[in-house]
Amino acid sequence: MPEGISAWDLVIGGDATLYAIIALSLGVSLSATVLAAAIALPLGAFLALVEFPARASVVVVLNAFMGLPPVVVGLAFFLLLSRSGPLGFLGVLYTPEAMALAQAFLVLPIIAALARQAIEDLWIEYRDEFRAMRVGGAARVGALIRDARFSLVTAVLAGFGRAAAEVGTVMVVGGNIDGFTRTMTTAIALETSKGDLALAIGLGLVLIAVIVAVNALVWSVRRAGERIAG
Amino acid sequence: MRAEPGLLPIAFEEVSLRAGAHTILDRVSLAFRPGPPTALIGPNGSGKTSLIRVAMALIAPTGGRISWGGREATRMDRCAMVFQRPAMLRRTAESNVDFALSAAGHGRARRRARARELLDIVGLAALAGRPARRLSGGEQQRLALARALARDPEILFLDEPTASLDPAATKAVEELIAHVAGLGVKVVFATHDLGQARRVAGDIAFLARGRVVERAPADRFFATPATADAAAFVRGELVI
Repeated sequence: MPEGISAWDLVIGGDATLYAIIALSLGVSLSATVLAAAIALPLGAFLALVEFPARASVVVVLNAFMGLPPVVVGLAFFLLLSRSGPLGFLGVLYTPEAMALAQAFLVLPIIAALARQAIEDLWIEYRDEFRAMRVGGAARVGALIRDARFSLVTAVLAGFGRAAAEVGTVMVVGGNIDGFTRTMTTAIALETSKGDLALAIGLGLVLIAVIVAVNALVWSVRRAGERIAG
Repeated sequence: MRAEPGLLPIAFEEVSLRAGAHTILDRVSLAFRPGPPTALIGPNGSGKTSLIRVAMALIAPTGGRISWGGREATRMDRCAMVFQRPAMLRRTAESNVDFALSAAGHGRARRRARARELLDIVGLAALAGRPARRLSGGEQQRLALARALARDPEILFLDEPTASLDPAATKAVEELIAHVAGLGVKVVFATHDLGQARRVAGDIAFLARGRVVERAPADRFFATPATADAAAFVRGELVI
């Protein structure tokens, strides 16, 4: 990075390196969130509505996994995806695909646990009415998901926020390869250690803006939910 | 509103409901037959709500027999209930009724017009587009009635339908109950309010300690209660 360039210049000036990093970061985090949500939302609904013997244990584990250390998840995926690991044949270690997979695993418990809580709270509230109305299983699930939709969107956005902000997982499975797997968070860590504070600060500003935007979206969704659904 | 009869009479024969060592219903025998509204009255914990839930097949009795229209197992399609604190679905008033209509098997094409009709009956047509949770307590209770009517019920159970409502809202709900009963729907309601039982009910079932202590036409029950417990309750004394 040329000397004398400020973080602001990089952001406003449309620096190609900076924006490539931003694009990769958002792409990986969005892919991870979509993948995780595709599994976590049905899982959350299942745990909220279906009684089975180990349900309480599964819920406890799921809640505990919300606090999974990212570097540990990164290490686990490194071992899985490395050439000698059980998924080594995929050949995706040190690729954006590996980063998205690992991040999906990291945020899946967050989305699933929040979805379970939202749907279960609603189910407790609706249960008697649905039984009195003789609402069938599919209609019941459909109604709960529909009425919990704003909470579910919030859960997915919370997952995205976590994915976008984490560094440990993508560092381990992505390798922080310049122009290929370097994300905002790993670039900030690297550029800070190199002393290139302009790029680090520029990326930091963008990352904060993304997180603020996500939270503003969460707030807006909640407000819209209250306004539309009461 | 009514079509072919099917669920009436609902007959309890020595029906008991126990939870652990606690007896909630104690060998209750009574029948709900077509006719004017029946009020279930009695002190707190006397078993009114549980009796309704058993009649609605929401909970199974632990003893005795219950039959609907002479059958011990039947479809409960035309049986509806309004809870003391009905849960409002997180959607508009009209969507709440639409959902109930859908659950009752009405096709999409007919639902919108029918939902409007039902909202009109309960006096909420002007509030059709308002989120149900933003309605007042009395409006929510009337919306719950509209949802119940979506089942085109032969029998309608109401659990303390005006427990937390002001007099104006209570009057509106009572008028609706009378209207529904006038359409030929058998209405059974639990209430603490003796005045309401006098105003609305054609007959009374008085419960205490999980038993039906007395069953009589409303005018006779209030004029000459036959049991000491009922007499004490009518006088406003505490019956435990």
